[in-house]
Amino acid sequence: MNAAPRPFWPPLVAGVVLGLALLATFLITGHGLGASGFFTKAAAAIGDWTLPQATAENSYLGGYVRGGAPLAGWITWEILGLILGGLIGSLTSGRFRVQVERGPRIGVGRRLAAAFGGGILVGAGARLARGCTSGLGLSGSATLAVAGFVFLIFFFAAGFATMRLVRRNWT
Amino acid sequence: MTDALTWPLYDGGFWPALLLGLFFGLALEGAGFGSPRKLTAQFTLRDFAVFKVMFTAVLVAAGGLWLAEAAGLIGGNSVYTPTLYFWAIALGGALIGAGFALGGYCPGTSATGLASGRWDALAFIAGMVAGVWIFAGLFDAIEPFYLAAKGPKSQTLDQLLGLPTPVILIVLVAVAAIGFRVGSRIEARFGGPIGAAEVTGGPAGGDAPGGADQALGSAPNRRQRTA
Repeated sequence: MNAAPRPFWPPLVAGVVLGLALLATFLITGHGLGASGFFTKAAAAIGDWTLPQATAENSYLGGYVRGGAPLAGWITWEILGLILGGLIGSLTSGRFRVQVERGPRIGVGRRLAAAFGGGILVGAGARLARGCTSGLGLSGSATLAVAGFVFLIFFFAAGFATMRLVRRNWT
Repeated sequence: MTDALTWPLYDGGFWPALLLGLFFGLALEGAGFGSPRKLTAQFTLRDFAVFKVMFTAVLVAAGGLWLAEAAGLIGGNSVYTPTLYFWAIALGGALIGAGFALGGYCPGTSATGLASGRWDALAFIAGMVAGVWIFAGLFDAIEPFYLAAKGPKSQTLDQLLGLPTPVILIVLVAVAAIGFRVGSRIEARFGGPIGAAEVTGGPAGGDAPGGADQALGSAPNRRQRTA
């Protein structure tokens, strides 16, 4: 039996903590926080294990595997920390639950398929945009880069438009 | 600037990366961004946390960077600032928005979802890996599009609009303040924001592979909210 979970942080508190972590990242590393770069490295590494020749010859992923150890790098250590932070935060607050989170009108199989399909769009989209909600939306916009704000405008517009089609998955 | 400043440290080492990532993860989990239902509720207008948290974080970091530069702690152009490739970033951003609404996460929050016990986050991550492969397979064909409509290198809003940075920051603070007020009013009308009890209790029949404990009582708690 799980204890009742503690409430989420107020958005303003979470935003200030996230903003300070982002500011510290800029001052320490000279760049912002990111996420999709790790999954690109992971895709390159899995490609390297399963189809080494095709991966090495690929014009996009080849550069990731040429030097060996495609996973090594700053973003991998950062994502390790991110997962550790999520684990500590959810375990200490009673918010950790093993579950397939989904809306009340969708089954587990369809939810997992939708998650996989959404992941495909996000994985490809992040490579096209050269970053994701973290790297471009958050970190890019914090430098006031035009690229960050263009990303956010199209991200939110497409999110609202797509939700009109998939609302039943969530509500 | 040619004089050597101490900051940024340009430290790409393991321990700072792990520690900064840890705070990143604590903030995302604390905000409730491990939950795909809370995240996607931004797009049903039931929960404005995505807008509120992102906008606050952007303003805290942007204001801090401006102060650090004004105080002479860091030089101009000393932090990485992305360059606009209009069409690739517009379509890429749209694909991420669409995939977020369908799949429930973005890359960073999928790691938070996984860390707080969600199997659907793992399916999303597998999808992202497949998406990278599809992009890589098509890369030669789409490279002209990938490079099209390139903007000035590392262009910022103040450069684009010809306005001083503090003016841009003040305008963004005003937009955020309005967004907070309007957002809070709208989410309340739709029965939001979504609290921790709702997304950890699951919908009626919410469950986990392998029958992990979901024994939060049998009453359907779809509408349950934290105070």
